[in-house]
Amino acid sequence: MPNSTKNSRIEIHTSPDDHRIAKLAALAIGLHLIEAVLPSPMPGVKPGIANIITLFVLYRFDFATAAWVSLLRVFASSLLIANFLSPTFALSLAGALLSLATLFFAQYLPRRYFSAITLSVLAAFAHMVGQLLVVRFWLIPHAGIAYLIPVFMTAALVFGVVNGLLTNYLLRISPAKFDEDKG
Amino acid sequence: MKGALRCGKPLLGDFLVIVVGLIFVAFLFKTLWHNEQAAKLQIRLGDKIYATYSLDQNRNIDIQGPIGITRVVIADGKARFESSPCPNQYCVHQGWLSHKGQAAICLPNQVSLELLGGEKPFDSLNY
Repeated sequence: MPNSTKNSRIEIHTSPDDHRIAKLAALAIGLHLIEAVLPSPMPGVKPGIANIITLFVLYRFDFATAAWVSLLRVFASSLLIANFLSPTFALSLAGALLSLATLFFAQYLPRRYFSAITLSVLAAFAHMVGQLLVVRFWLIPHAGIAYLIPVFMTAALVFGVVNGLLTNYLLRISPAKFDEDKG
Repeated sequence: MKGALRCGKPLLGDFLVIVVGLIFVAFLFKTLWHNEQAAKLQIRLGDKIYATYSLDQNRNIDIQGPIGITRVVIADGKARFESSPCPNQYCVHQGWLSHKGQAAICLPNQVSLELLGGEKPFDSLNY
């Protein structure tokens, strides 16, 4: 969607979109960096607060924007932390991709019954599965970490619920402000 | 459509997802943190496998180590060090081992016990 050549020709339509994606991605990158600095009790267990932004964008805008924000966050953060193409980056990217794939389907759940909490929990599980697949097939190619999987998944569930609650809260306190300029 | 979103509280489906998630996690703990009963006892002496015994028997095994005889007992699907010539008796105090993956070591006499499941693939066995 944000396309520089297109951008130079049609400014009115694409520019606000691009700006919005850039702003939201910057926010997500900020959260990602804060989290990268915070100590983690266990490698692989992180709250994933940047996913709040992905979910927020998914609700306020659409899936494509959310995917842009999420992937820009993964790439830009890895450049800033200087782990681009390292195992950490691969973990992050695999998690983000699987999580986006899950969200792509989960967004069609009836919103009357399923709020951002559901999406957040599903995304968190998918993120963890993506990471574990990378670990299993690339980093540690034996079943040695099998007994850690329950711990990882519990963390995913807990942080998924917390992030979902925060996303709900965020959606409530900023009532569709962006919807207007979206048209 | 967005009316429901405005209230930040979890909705019915959210609770459903959380409950399913909890069951999923509980299932993972149950399958991956197996408290399976062990099927075999593997005894090592030094860096070699001394012997592997089935736990379906009651048996005393005396092992001659560098500082004396260590007695290992198998009974009711469990195994333990019954006596050992070592000074601190840590191995004896470990007590009964019954779950797959449990292990006890007597360093002074270089004897170690490890409980195996039924399906562990062996490189070699020597009885």
